[in-house]
Amino acid sequence: MDTLVAWILRAIPFGTIIMYGAMGEIITEKSGNLNLGVPGIMYLGGFAGFASAYIYENTAANPNMALCVVLALVCTFLASMAGGLIYSFLTISLRANQNVTGLALTTFGMGVANFFGVYILNGSTATQSLVYKTFQTKIPVLSRMGVIGQTVFGYGFMVYAAIALAIALHIFLNRTRTGLNLRAIGENPATADADGISVTRYKYLATCLGAGISGLGGLYYVLDYNQGIWATTGQIEALGWLAVALVIFTTWKPLGAIWGSYLFGMLYWLYQFLPTLLGVSVPGYMTDLIQMVPYVVTIIVLVVTSLRKKRENQPPASLGLAYFREER
Amino acid sequence: MSENRKALHEPLIRIVKRDGISFRKKALIRAASIVLALVADALFIYFVTGLNPLSVYAVMFNGTFSTTMRFMWAMRDLASLLLIGIALAPAFKMRFWNVGAEGQVLMGALATAAVMVYYGGKLPNWLLYAVMLIASLFAGALWGFIPAWFKAHFSTNETLFTLMMNYVAIQIVACCVNIWRGQASGLGKLNMKSKAGWFPQIGGHRFMINLIVVVVLMFAMYAYLRYSKHGYEIAVVGESENTARYAGINVGKVIVRTMIISGALCGLTGFLIVGGRDQTISTNTAGGDGFTAIIVAWLSKFNTFYMALISFLLIFLRKGAAEIASAYNLNDFASDIIAGVILFFILGSEFFINYRILRRSGTKEVR
Repeated sequence: MDTLVAWILRAIPFGTIIMYGAMGEIITEKSGNLNLGVPGIMYLGGFAGFASAYIYENTAANPNMALCVVLALVCTFLASMAGGLIYSFLTISLRANQNVTGLALTTFGMGVANFFGVYILNGSTATQSLVYKTFQTKIPVLSRMGVIGQTVFGYGFMVYAAIALAIALHIFLNRTRTGLNLRAIGENPATADADGISVTRYKYLATCLGAGISGLGGLYYVLDYNQGIWATTGQIEALGWLAVALVIFTTWKPLGAIWGSYLFGMLYWLYQFLPTLLGVSVPGYMTDLIQMVPYVVTIIVLVVTSLRKKRENQPPASLGLAYFREER
Repeated sequence: MSENRKALHEPLIRIVKRDGISFRKKALIRAASIVLALVADALFIYFVTGLNPLSVYAVMFNGTFSTTMRFMWAMRDLASLLLIGIALAPAFKMRFWNVGAEGQVLMGALATAAVMVYYGGKLPNWLLYAVMLIASLFAGALWGFIPAWFKAHFSTNETLFTLMMNYVAIQIVACCVNIWRGQASGLGKLNMKSKAGWFPQIGGHRFMINLIVVVVLMFAMYAYLRYSKHGYEIAVVGESENTARYAGINVGKVIVRTMIISGALCGLTGFLIVGGRDQTISTNTAGGDGFTAIIVAWLSKFNTFYMALISFLLIFLRKGAAEIASAYNLNDFASDIIAGVILFFILGSEFFINYRILRRSGTKEVR
């Protein structure tokens, strides 16, 4: 039982990181843009949030932690949107290839974050921002109510914000006119254009706001999951690709991202908790193979959705294609 | 009334697709984009570090050209990157988004390493090389075949499928490295004593064979895509699958065949990296080149000679950034930023090669 609780306590924060990444990418992909720059954007966002909080903490005479949290959130969102804007300008206005632009953005974002990160690290291998304590504040009374309180209410506010955002996105995409327009663009931009929808504006907004949301995943990783520690590792990149995988796994549905991300979290930590749970000891090399499970599951989902050809589970039809009005 | 509408709706600028563009103009646009990118990078260097960008660029030059040894190392790294680019060319020409090169290279490298571990010293050298080669080709081809088969039969999205296959490959490699290293902290070079499976030195370098293979394949792939029937079929499938079907081309077969070739060549790269460069394997064996090569293959429009140029540019930047890093106490990540900015500019410049911008004017189209 203790192992199971510990497992859940690990899985849900892990899932939250990729849930943000995936939700942003869902919005982006619904507009027909396949942005493979998610890892780079999460790097940009995570670093901007960390750096702003760190600098504020160390310069302000009497740092206000609530203000610090807001500052980190705003900086993250802006920096990630800047990444999304580069991608949008190149792919939408200049019609560059989406896959290649996305990969270049991943290189760029990783470079920017780690380059400036070294200045902040200033010779050490890791630095910590203390604002993580505020990020990790649990819900006061409820989180102390036994096992259920611990597993349901025992996380920082961003875990709940992610769930709320997923529900909001679900309503936005399926219950509003704007959401319908956005989906129409992803399916067939020419038809949407003929209907008087401004394809360019929607694509720009969806991609930039999507990037902003994805970036929050990077912020959550650094300032909550990783206890405010910034270190030069490739960890965020792997998380970014996992977020791209999660988008497929959820078949482009924000609500699916909630349980999908927690399932991914469980799968990711499977290697540490399953052996204890079953009371067996597993050799070290097996853990590497167990870590493969999330990716294999994603492949299976990808294959199964393409086999079943259910309309509502397909990727947006124009995903990955640039739209050029004069070419119709 | 119709006049009224026209006046209202003629936009300030219009974008028109070009029918064709002269080589000179194309080269000029490309050169301009690189110059602009270098200016942007120079501004970045100046405002962030306060260093003189020109002297930084000069130091950068040393990364590749200061000594013969450095130049050879640059060539060695270029060989790996270019080979993957060449491997990707047929898949991309077919508009099959093989973003799984990283995994295909790793699988090839893993097969090579496995043969070295289990058969090193047990087989005569020539046979060992042959088994290593065949194993690597097979492993890479398998990793290319799986997503291709699903694409051909169920049109499963290949971008996402191949992307996931990378991580499956990485975990398999991690697992094998874990087994082979036993109690040691790292794997180290394989067959350290016997040197079984290591490429022979030519001109003092084990990686000389890699360079030779790259040059040969550069010509071979150019000819394959340009002059062979297969190359023609690939081009037609890439332009339009429906046209290809109408012309009697078996699209599924072409997709699977091309991806087997693409994957096998990636596997071959893994073989060359393990045998000629590293003599060992890790999850970092491909080192991100599988992704960088996608950019190389796309920007060069599948022309293997342009690929060599672009690979050189990227390797030059990578080496140069490492040099800057040590000279000015900066860090290596500068190269990712500089390369990223240059790639953005080159990608953006494609627009001006493919399209013309017309300004609003009283007269009809001005040429």
